[in-house]
Amino acid sequence: MTATLRLDITSAEREIFSGEVEMVLATGELGELGIAPGHTPLLTSLRPGNVSAILPGKQEEIFYISGGMLEIQPYIVTVLADTAMRAHDIDEAAALEAKMHAERKMDEQLSEVDFAKASAELAEAIAQIQAVRRLKKQAK
Amino acid sequence: MTMAKEVRGKIRSIKNTQKITRAMEMVAASKMRKAQDRMHRAKPYAKKIAQVIGHLARGHSEYQHPFLQKRDVKRMGCIVITTDRGLCGGLNTNLLRFAIAQMKAWKNANIDLSLSLVGTKGESFFKRVGGKIIAQVDHLGDAPQMTDLIGIVQVMLTAYREHQIDALYLCTNEFVNTMKQEPHMEQLLPIVPSMDDNLRHHWDYIYEPDNAQILLNTLLTRYIESQVYRGVIENIACEQAARMVAMKNATDNAADLINELELVYHKARQAAITRELTEIVAGAAVV
Repeated sequence: MTATLRLDITSAEREIFSGEVEMVLATGELGELGIAPGHTPLLTSLRPGNVSAILPGKQEEIFYISGGMLEIQPYIVTVLADTAMRAHDIDEAAALEAKMHAERKMDEQLSEVDFAKASAELAEAIAQIQAVRRLKKQAK
Repeated sequence: MTMAKEVRGKIRSIKNTQKITRAMEMVAASKMRKAQDRMHRAKPYAKKIAQVIGHLARGHSEYQHPFLQKRDVKRMGCIVITTDRGLCGGLNTNLLRFAIAQMKAWKNANIDLSLSLVGTKGESFFKRVGGKIIAQVDHLGDAPQMTDLIGIVQVMLTAYREHQIDALYLCTNEFVNTMKQEPHMEQLLPIVPSMDDNLRHHWDYIYEPDNAQILLNTLLTRYIESQVYRGVIENIACEQAARMVAMKNATDNAADLINELELVYHKARQAAITRELTEIVAGAAVV
């Protein structure tokens, strides 16, 4: 029996693959990586591309990932996949949009929380919920 | 017979309402299961990334990433997660009350506060009561993607890096069980690395590129993102659970009302019959 290593490919949203494989091929930041059991611990970021796993029986399974991190321990390989293409400027654009969104909606917004108003409003809402509950109890 | 007819109309309209609330209850139940599922599926990633960070942070104690450094807190950032839609009982109200209590404590300690909001309920609330909102996102739907949240997380991280905030908190509902959801607040920044005893033996990775700081930076950013993502998913599970319970109550209330109205209807019907009979008998007596 040939030695195997454990491969986990997971993204923030779900687990993509988990199982025993003979070899993993991936594209790291600095080049192609072929990982066989017993590899030295290594941590690298991945370029967008394919990660292929050679399953026992020489079957190959290929996953496309849009970047992420690769962590190697002698018998465990973990791919922390990004769910979308990430680049600095894309992140910046997303940040800008979130900011704009806030600014658009909060035009004539006070910059301080009015605690008195906030507590009054919440107290009212809670009172309403409690009143409904009480009414229901009375009805029974 | 007019009275009986009126009551019958009322019963019919309540029955229609009941049909809607019952349907909403069932929809919420199935959505809740899906959201819970998503919550569980997001776990391995967060766990793994926390492990790697813990390892990295310990292996490089001489280098302190800003996200791991504790600062004197003068300005605070808080991400508040609320739902987009109502009809979910006191879920948002409880969360906001909890958040306001915390914020008041910070305010009393003279800490400046910057807010970042997820969901329209929080938005409309803070729009009414004020607050410095620096980023906002809403209408994420039932199955939000990580990419939807990059923006607001990025805004907060940049603010942290530029010392506009000294700590970052996440305020969201915790899914205890179907009947119980609790608001809670957790610290996102500075990150407290988990002290896992399994990693006591010392070995270090080879880094590619040969710079642990860059990798650590990416990892920490992903970690925060995954935490916020988890919070959003968990809040959706809470929303659906709360809606399910609220709609179940509404359906039960409708059933009670229908029972009462049916009693009224029968009484009215019988009264009408009795009246008719007396009229006939009286008429016969006259003849």
